[in-house]
Amino acid sequence: MSVATQPQSVSTQSQDDILVSVQNLHVWFELKKWGFSHVGWVRAVDNVSFDLKRGEAIAIVGESGCGKSSLMKTLLLLNRPHKGRILFEGKDISNLKGKELKAFRSQIGFVQQDPYGALPPFMPVHRILDEPLVINGVTNKKEREERIRAALAEVALTPVDDFLNKYPHMLSGGQQQRVVIARAMILEPKLLVADEPVSMLDASVRVEILRLLRKLQEQHNLSVMYITHDLSTVRFFSERIFVMYAGKLVEQTHIEELLNNPLHPYAKALLTGTSVPDAANAKHLKEVPPGEPPSLVNPPSGCRFHPRCEHFMAGKCEVDEPPYFEPVPGHLVQCWLYEDGRTSYPEPPK
Amino acid sequence: MNNDTLLRAEDLVLYFKTRRGLVQAVDHVSFELHKNKAVVILGESGCGKTSMAKAILRLLPRNVGEYRGKILLNGQDVMQLSDEEYRTQIRWVKISMVPQAAMNALNPVIRVGEQVAEPAIIHLKKSKEEALEMAREMFQNVGVPVDFLTRYPFELSGGMRQRVAIAMALITKPDLIVLDEPTSALDLLTQANIMNVLKTIKWETGTSYILITHDIATSSELADEVAVMYAGQIIEVNNAESFFAEPLHPYSQKLMASVPKLYGDEEPDFIPGRPPSLLNPPTGCRFADRCHLRFDKCDEEPPTFIVGGHPVKCWLYEQEASQVIPPVSAGEVS
Repeated sequence: MSVATQPQSVSTQSQDDILVSVQNLHVWFELKKWGFSHVGWVRAVDNVSFDLKRGEAIAIVGESGCGKSSLMKTLLLLNRPHKGRILFEGKDISNLKGKELKAFRSQIGFVQQDPYGALPPFMPVHRILDEPLVINGVTNKKEREERIRAALAEVALTPVDDFLNKYPHMLSGGQQQRVVIARAMILEPKLLVADEPVSMLDASVRVEILRLLRKLQEQHNLSVMYITHDLSTVRFFSERIFVMYAGKLVEQTHIEELLNNPLHPYAKALLTGTSVPDAANAKHLKEVPPGEPPSLVNPPSGCRFHPRCEHFMAGKCEVDEPPYFEPVPGHLVQCWLYEDGRTSYPEPPK
Repeated sequence: MNNDTLLRAEDLVLYFKTRRGLVQAVDHVSFELHKNKAVVILGESGCGKTSMAKAILRLLPRNVGEYRGKILLNGQDVMQLSDEEYRTQIRWVKISMVPQAAMNALNPVIRVGEQVAEPAIIHLKKSKEEALEMAREMFQNVGVPVDFLTRYPFELSGGMRQRVAIAMALITKPDLIVLDEPTSALDLLTQANIMNVLKTIKWETGTSYILITHDIATSSELADEVAVMYAGQIIEVNNAESFFAEPLHPYSQKLMASVPKLYGDEEPDFIPGRPPSLLNPPTGCRFADRCHLRFDKCDEEPPTFIVGGHPVKCWLYEQEASQVIPPVSAGEVS
């Protein structure tokens, strides 16, 4: 058994390789009464650490309210960290302002969840793609034109001339999402953050968009942070997966390892909860943990999953917060079950 | 029609008038639903599945161009009823509905208990006390703590609100509940929970469901029968066992192949192109332009072939068909 005391990421390599390093990040939001008196904190992200290498894709899986969007927004510096550091190419970005902030943001592309909501309805595609270039000081009009065309061609919106003057409502959902991706890619970012990029799309086009993202990732050696609640799409292009529950990364491992050997009871429940098309599903009930994710204002003591856990150990789980254990090399899990060297998920107690 | 049949739609038509012409949202749709069964209407956005739910419940917008066909409920043609008769005798008495994004369909300024009790007061002529007592019972059935009766919708999580909407549909003990995307806005585990609730209700009360969804994996949790809808038409009806194992229509096959799987090496595929506009749909097979098996015949509208007892609208099955139901000529559209 080994205890990874300093929560660190799986397979850390040399420093140059690391694009983003998140260290003991806390994103807390203050709750105020009458606008000034402090009444508490919403602990959206609580002591999260991981490294993201160049050209690597990671997935963060969790339900709504688990803090995955807060984590993502903090990486984009839309929120400021409460405690902890974020290093981007070795530089602490937590307190960037003004010009430096703008320069930093131009290195991150963001793909939103709802393409229609993310595109301004009154702008044609051409202007939507032009805007980031203008804002980031590409003054040569001809160069801008070329880059817009290249970006559209890259996301396979061809012939390009057909799309340049269209407004978002004239495009199908899949095409809108391609425009969003083109906009994210037009400044040639080093990191792409995709927040549930396919959950609003029809089943028949989802795979097309996922393939496009994977192609872009490979061609540009992009780092990708893919945020989702759908485990079945994760396998598509990410190598590592982080399972997030109530502001904590409860499990960090490689995707195949998670699918075959989920260790945290929550990860196990997520896997059991994912349906595969099969007529037999209708014959029996699914096993689902009772209850709902906790409030982040006053999260449960100890392990935050303990009120819903089938392996709840009284006197332990609700008292002490579990550290990271590494039962299998490269597989970190925050759960007391693995304290004694167990390497796979135990049978539920009767 | 045997005694087991609860609902039968025959050549149901719902067209909408727009400035640019008639939108053929539901185009001669026929299907059958048996007692205590669930039929899944599967289709992509814009294929007319929600319009079909509205056609069945007669919840129509103002710009209806054409609305005809037969809806037989327990043998009674409910299309013959006047709007007022339909409202008092059918809607929420025999057929109720859980609307899309039901969690946002609740009235924000009325306590959820009163909202759930309302159909019982209006349709079953219960007193307020009796109705609230029924609401309490419904809350237990769908797994909402009873002390939530006096809460307001904003005090409840998404999953709880969805359960409240289901309780509201259940309170009059209808024969049929139309569920329009009941879980698509919810989280994975909440989805699984709601599906469990729906299954339990089906087993315990013997109610039937029409489940409208685009999510194939989740639909398999409830389906007895699957009807696939494409561009306003039903192109395949099949029972769940054979549908999830071996769908017939090329569109259904492609749709199944587009579902990413958790395990196995199979790479999911996508369907190129997009569905045709319902303003002026193609005269031949509507899926032909996106179909990988297209041949000459596809320029002509396929009839409904009955293959092994299952209707499928595709020329590929011309040889095997035991029966052929000719298409209703599209020329009728004025």
